[in-house]
Amino acid sequence: MQEIRSYTMNFGPQHPAAHGVLRLVLEMEGETVLRVDPHIGLLHRATEKLAESKPFNQSIGYMDRLDYVSMMCNEHAYVRAIENLLGVEVPERAQWIRTMFDEITRILNHLMWIGSNGLDLGAMAVFLYAFREREELMDVYEAVSGARMHATYYRPGGVYRDLPEQMSRYSESRWHKGKDLERLNRWRGGSMLDFLDAFTEDFPRRIDEYEELLTTNRIWKQRTVDIGVVSPEDALAWGMSGPMLRGSGVEWDLRKKQPYAKYAEVDFDIPVGVNGDCYDRYLVRVEEMRQSNRIIKQCIAWLRANPGPVMVRNFKVAPPSRVEMKDDMEALIHHFKLFTEGYCVPAGETYAAVEAPKGEFGIYLVSDGANKPFRLKCRAPSFVHLSSMDSIIRGHMLPDVVAMIGTYDVVFGEVDR
Amino acid sequence: MNWIIAAFDWFTTTFPTLTMALGLFLFPLLPLIIAVAMYVWWERKVIGWMHVRMGPNKVGPFGLAQTFADVFKLLLKEVIYPANASKKLFLLAPLWALIPSFAAWAVIPIGSHQAWADANAGLLFLLAMTSMGVYGIILAGWASNSRYAMLGAMRAAAQTISYEIAMGFSLVGVLILAGSLNLSEIVNAQAGSKGLFEWFWFPLLPMFVIYFVSGVAETNRAPFDVAEGESEIVAGFHVEYSGAPFAVFFLTEYANMILISFLAPILFLGGWLSPFPASWGVLGAPGWWWLAAKAFFFATAYVWFRATFPRYRYDQIMRLGWKVFIPITIVWVFVAGCLKYFGWVTAGA
Repeated sequence: MQEIRSYTMNFGPQHPAAHGVLRLVLEMEGETVLRVDPHIGLLHRATEKLAESKPFNQSIGYMDRLDYVSMMCNEHAYVRAIENLLGVEVPERAQWIRTMFDEITRILNHLMWIGSNGLDLGAMAVFLYAFREREELMDVYEAVSGARMHATYYRPGGVYRDLPEQMSRYSESRWHKGKDLERLNRWRGGSMLDFLDAFTEDFPRRIDEYEELLTTNRIWKQRTVDIGVVSPEDALAWGMSGPMLRGSGVEWDLRKKQPYAKYAEVDFDIPVGVNGDCYDRYLVRVEEMRQSNRIIKQCIAWLRANPGPVMVRNFKVAPPSRVEMKDDMEALIHHFKLFTEGYCVPAGETYAAVEAPKGEFGIYLVSDGANKPFRLKCRAPSFVHLSSMDSIIRGHMLPDVVAMIGTYDVVFGEVDR
Repeated sequence: MNWIIAAFDWFTTTFPTLTMALGLFLFPLLPLIIAVAMYVWWERKVIGWMHVRMGPNKVGPFGLAQTFADVFKLLLKEVIYPANASKKLFLLAPLWALIPSFAAWAVIPIGSHQAWADANAGLLFLLAMTSMGVYGIILAGWASNSRYAMLGAMRAAAQTISYEIAMGFSLVGVLILAGSLNLSEIVNAQAGSKGLFEWFWFPLLPMFVIYFVSGVAETNRAPFDVAEGESEIVAGFHVEYSGAPFAVFFLTEYANMILISFLAPILFLGGWLSPFPASWGVLGAPGWWWLAAKAFFFATAYVWFRATFPRYRYDQIMRLGWKVFIPITIVWVFVAGCLKYFGWVTAGA
């Protein structure tokens, strides 16, 4: 009999389930995968090196573009690192706003994940349902920063500006008129917080909708239960964090363990899985959306009751207002200095991490006292998770590779940086 | 205009046999091709509504001309042959898939004995034709010289062959009760005083369900679309096809879906028979519109499945086919035999 050899297959980078530019070289025997070799680097943009050549504030926008579905969480880690070195105290309102937007970002990310994970396993509807809700949250992003994705909203010392008093509305056009227009504008009568409040009231029902399509679906369960099992020991050994770690039953969440912003003052639970398979990670993420919704509600209540400054009044770090600039020499000089050479950060090094939707996103920052970082290192959760691909996938079938990529929730912006 | 009519007259009088053959050929095929185009539009529209989006709405009224635009685009596109592909087999494959799926339509009756070929072995012919189609898919996967296509072909072969067994067994149940292989006779055997409870879905309920599910698997549609497996093997067996050959595969797939949608009511839901008592006038009268309405229901169910379900894994499909469907059908063949033997179910009015 002729000897049967395994064959290699190139999965990606142009592949509908590659989540961007992941390239896997699979060694297969029929449909069974013997070995996985992830190739990365196709989206490398040298963010860390670029940051070394720019004043601190100009790199905030790069952080959005790392993990481009959890934009503000990346910014948060970066501005926290700078604040650590500068030693500035962020106004309380800004911290609440950051907490709220971190959770909005978490929902944005998990919506993207539930949609693409569903699509990977063939459930098309969830993807489009999730994007319907993403649209509303994108509008919230746009309302505060003017940009739907790459917001650049957080600044060292606070946030760029306060929440708008008026949520933007759709105006009548050829495409949006009559009942349709009314439906689009039904939450947009008041401030941005009113809009967000209406959203949080509605959102649990939407999550039920996705769950109805997936959670008890027999096919969904067959595709995810006992697929890609990660034991708690392995998860820790691989350096996993976020839902990948919690799916395996390790209760680890920076928001609880090392609270930052206002997480110590809000009430929420951390869901953990039991078996550490794809289904548990799915359940963990779905529950996280519900918990995020809960946190947002508490933030809205606080923000409504407590107006105040959202930026530290330290003109060495944050620019003075336009009004002050017009008749105050000192303010004008501050403004000029800030926007030409930025600010100098005292020499030292720091590590600031946040619980990004995908896991622990950290910034390791070294300053030599100049107006630019001496060295910046991003600790990207997807990168760490992806390294475990080979050991988890061995012996699974080709469709499970797709299920596993979906459950990693990889985004190549942060893997390749 | 006159010269066209004159030319037509000349053609028909000079080549009467050829005219006859062409007429016989085009008469059933044109409606089928138009039905496929409409079905594609309907599918995209329904999935669009289920997905809170619009579906095609730009080309023609309600986007109705979208499919035709797509077809013309595909026909005008360049056909790309993969390097080292077997060119002859590469082009033969879509035809091999298309011809049996069209040929199967010859025996489909739209009224009592109103079929293109009212063959006595109609059901056998159908089984033969529907199982021929899979060779086209296997050829396509083999001739493309691509690993993705090869995987798709392997999956398609295994899946189609296993589900053919379950499908065949559920047809045996129908055969036992109807006592005929002629499709018109099968429908006529379902007529009777009890209306829709005379239809074979009632005594053969598990078989009816299995037949339609197997039909979905047989046509490689969601949730059994592993042969295409968009997110796993990109497009499976037709990943290397473009332009006209791809259009042919597309046409075949939808023609097969419509075929299954027609067969399910013919075999289990009384074909053109009305569900209402004969005394209800027009509503109670049998007619092709009943068959069309029932087929439309199944065709829409196909779309509904696609919009709702995740995709099975290849080995799970096999397990479902071999370990669930085939045992159930075997048991029910026995039950059907008992029903017939003890006279609990009688064929015909």
